[in-house]
Amino acid sequence: MSLAERILQGDIRAAARLMRDVDDAMPGAVDELKQLYPHTGKAFVIGVTGPPGAGKSTLTDKLIEAYRNKGLQVGVVAIDPTSPFSGGAILGDRIRMNRHATDPGVFIRSLGTRGHLGGLSNSANDIVHILDAMGKDVIIVETVGVGQDEVEIVRTAHTTLVVMVPGLGDDIQAIKAGILEIGDVFVVNKADRPDAERTARELCMMVDMKERSADEWQPPVVMTVAQKNDGLGSLVDKIEEHRAYLRVGGRLQGHEEDKSRQRFTDLLKERLFTQVFARLEAEGRVETLVRAMARRDLDPYTVVEEILRAHLR
Amino acid sequence: MAERTLRLLVAKPGLDGHDRGAKIVARAFRDAGFEVIYTGLRQTPEQIVNTAIQEDVDAVTLSILSGAHNTLFPRVVDLLREKGAGDIPVFGGGIIPEDDIPGLKQAGVMEIFTPGTSTEAIIQWVKENIRPHA
Repeated sequence: MSLAERILQGDIRAAARLMRDVDDAMPGAVDELKQLYPHTGKAFVIGVTGPPGAGKSTLTDKLIEAYRNKGLQVGVVAIDPTSPFSGGAILGDRIRMNRHATDPGVFIRSLGTRGHLGGLSNSANDIVHILDAMGKDVIIVETVGVGQDEVEIVRTAHTTLVVMVPGLGDDIQAIKAGILEIGDVFVVNKADRPDAERTARELCMMVDMKERSADEWQPPVVMTVAQKNDGLGSLVDKIEEHRAYLRVGGRLQGHEEDKSRQRFTDLLKERLFTQVFARLEAEGRVETLVRAMARRDLDPYTVVEEILRAHLR
Repeated sequence: MAERTLRLLVAKPGLDGHDRGAKIVARAFRDAGFEVIYTGLRQTPEQIVNTAIQEDVDAVTLSILSGAHNTLFPRVVDLLREKGAGDIPVFGGGIIPEDDIPGLKQAGVMEIFTPGTSTEAIIQWVKENIRPHA
């Protein structure tokens, strides 16, 4: 039986194994993903992003609890950085959520970024698909700690939470062009700290500054103390409001199409490049071309045009 | 052909009060290029085994200082077997008397490292004995 068939029958080890194969870019994994694809598209995906130490894992832990209390099955993808020096990683997000490890309704998977920029890993989207095919109702994707520009999560999640903490002060100004544009819900976590009100006020101001049409979603700002479970009820309410908003007027459909478009173009780029480049390497032409370009005997534009002409007839 | 990254779970079962040793080992594994899933203090054998399965690790590393090693090591090995994951090897270390080591190995623990073992020696052992699955 294929891994995909076993996954659809509820086999946990098969799911974990396919996730590994996907993460390790094993060639056979693609065939399994093909089989699973028709069984995906049902789960609601929540993204949790924000700077390191904002409390993303603790918040994720509480969200798992909240959705389990609603009787829903929960999947989690938690991403931590891979060392650019050794290629190793310490994946420690589970420390905050491992009380759910013995709950059969919860499946948590930790991933290293493995050199991928953007806040996710290369494999994250496919691993969300696997959790979806496993029948998880809600999938929470916790990004690596992000700064300004790692906004990839919006293409994965239906609802993106941007988690901030008090005391970043002027940093809010600095990051306004980055992750502050992607929040569907803003969370001021550790709101029992001084300056929490100010942080929330500044976020509200930032949100208000953007012009929106009357029926457009106005991202709310929610204050939480995740460790004490404070504010989690209203956070879940806001997430659910956004989910309800997406269900109206074909918004969800539009979201799915955006996601599909992105996945399709990413995959096409990646496969085209890999195939064409592998052929050039097999022909032993890469170094020759590179040296010729360095000597200015050839220019890279012409080289690429000629390669495309030869390979894409 | 893509190359697999070795994934290891480093876990602390039982009632140990600190995890410095485990963190040092986890850090050394990271520097050796392994992916380490670290779950923190006071994990039950059930949590450890479920985590090992969900994370599809190549081995489980247990660190035990509390003296409960003769119970906890075999319990993790047995639970893995019960859940159809007996192929995941278990090794570990901590404050473990020499006399207890043969019994633990008999129970299915692959190797035991005692205090004073260098992280280099542990990494060397892992590289020689733990393979990423095919």
